[in-house]
Amino acid sequence: MQRNPRPFLIGGSLGAVLTAPAMAAAAAPTTMDVTVTIPQLKVAEYHRPYVAIWVEKAGAPAKTVAVWYDHDMKENEGTKWLREVRQWWRASGRSMKFPASGITGATRAPGAQKISFSRAQLGATAPGEYTLVIEASREVGGRELLRIPFTWPAKAGAGGRAAGKTELGAVTVAFR
Amino acid sequence: MKKQILGLAAAVAVAAMAAVPASAHRQWMMPSSTVLSGDDVWVTVDAAVSNDLFYFEHQPLRLDAVKAWAPDGTEVAIENKATGRYRSTFDVHLLQKGTYRIASVADMLMGSYDLNGKTERLPRGTTAANLAERIPAGATNVKTAEANNRNEIFVTVGEPTTTLFKPTGKGIELVPVTHPNDLFAGEAATFQFLLDGKPAVGLPVTVIPGGIRYRDQLGQMDLKTGADGKVEVTWPEPGMYWVNVTTPQAGGEESGPQPVARRASYVTTLEVLAP
Repeated sequence: MQRNPRPFLIGGSLGAVLTAPAMAAAAAPTTMDVTVTIPQLKVAEYHRPYVAIWVEKAGAPAKTVAVWYDHDMKENEGTKWLREVRQWWRASGRSMKFPASGITGATRAPGAQKISFSRAQLGATAPGEYTLVIEASREVGGRELLRIPFTWPAKAGAGGRAAGKTELGAVTVAFR
Repeated sequence: MKKQILGLAAAVAVAAMAAVPASAHRQWMMPSSTVLSGDDVWVTVDAAVSNDLFYFEHQPLRLDAVKAWAPDGTEVAIENKATGRYRSTFDVHLLQKGTYRIASVADMLMGSYDLNGKTERLPRGTTAANLAERIPAGATNVKTAEANNRNEIFVTVGEPTTTLFKPTGKGIELVPVTHPNDLFAGEAATFQFLLDGKPAVGLPVTVIPGGIRYRDQLGQMDLKTGADGKVEVTWPEPGMYWVNVTTPQAGGEESGPQPVARRASYVTTLEVLAP
C-alpha cells in the first residue's frame, strides 16, 4: 500500500479528511485488539492448543507478541512442545527464552479470547505494511496458521479477519 | 605417511567394498527429533543397516564408534546403548542450546603386502595407528589407501548453531550453507561437501526419501556436487531423507585388476518439515 504523503491524513481516506480532518488526526489508533476464537472440539482427548501470535514485516525479524502455552509446569517442562508451533518456532520462538515477560501466558479455553497490543508491542513503530500471524498447535491434534495483513498508521475500527477450519476459529483485528 | 594407490585383483576389490556402506545396504541413524525446544530434553536414536529406508530389517549399526558432541564442542555421553537383532538404539541428553552432532566415523586403511611370495590383504579394521602391528615380520611391498566413512546426524535445541561444523579435514564432511536442521518442503537447501578439507568437486550425491516400503518408486534424486563442492536440493515433501555422498567407485565393466583408490563415504539423515 502507498503511504499517504500528507502527514495529517491518518487512515488515508479522503472522505474522512473532508468530513472530519481534525478528528481523524486526534483518533490515531494506538492499540490493536485481537480476538482469537479457539474452537470447541468434540474429541476423546482434548488439550488446549499452544498459540503463538507474531508480527512479520519484510526485511525485519519476526516479533513475537503472545505465546499461550503450559507455562506453569514444573521445571519449565511445557517448553518441550513449543517447537510444535513450527512456523513460529522457526520465525521467532527458537531464539527466545521462556517464560518471556509480557509475552508468554497460560493456554486459553475454547471460545473468543481477547488480547490487545500497543503499537510498540507490535514493533510497528515505523509506518508500513505488516502481517499478524496466528498459529495454533494442539497436543494429539492438528496445527493451523492464519495471516492477517495490516498497515500502520492504522484506521480506527475493524482491521481485518481470517477464519480457520480446524484448530482456529475466526480471528479478528480492530484498532482503537 | 607415504600413501600408494593400490592395484588389487578384482576379487579383492569386491571384498574391500563390503566394508564401505555405500553399496547395496544403506546405513542410517534416525533421531526421535531433529528440532527441539525445552531446557532438559533427550533424543533417542535408532541405528541400522538396511535396504528399505528407514526400516530396521537387516543388521543393527554397531555403536562402537558412535560419539556425540554438544554445541560447545564438548563430547557428551551416548547413554542407554543397546544392540538388538535388527537395530541399535541409544539416547543423548541435550542440556545445551544449539546444534549437536552425533556421528560414527571410521578412518581405515585398506591395502596389501607380500609375504612368502603371496599377496595378502590387510585385515579389516586396519588403521594408521595399528598398521605396524598388523603387518607380519618379513612382509614386503606394503601398499595402503585410506578409506574414511562418516555417518552423522544433527539435532538442534533452540536456535541452530554452526560451531560444530569446523572441518576435520579427513574424509567427506558437510558444511552448511542451509542449516541441516532448518529444512522445509518446497524450499531449496544448499550444502557444501568437502573431501579432505577441500571442496569435493563432482561427487555423486544420492537423496532418498524415507517410507520406501509403502511406495512403488524409490524417488531417488541423483545429484552431483559442483565445482565449489556445493549441491542444491529441493525437498518435494516433508519427511526424513537419507543423503549419501561417496567418492566415485570403480565400475564393474572392465575386466582384469581394478585400481582401488582412496575412498570416502558420507551418510546423513535429514528431517524436512512441512511448511
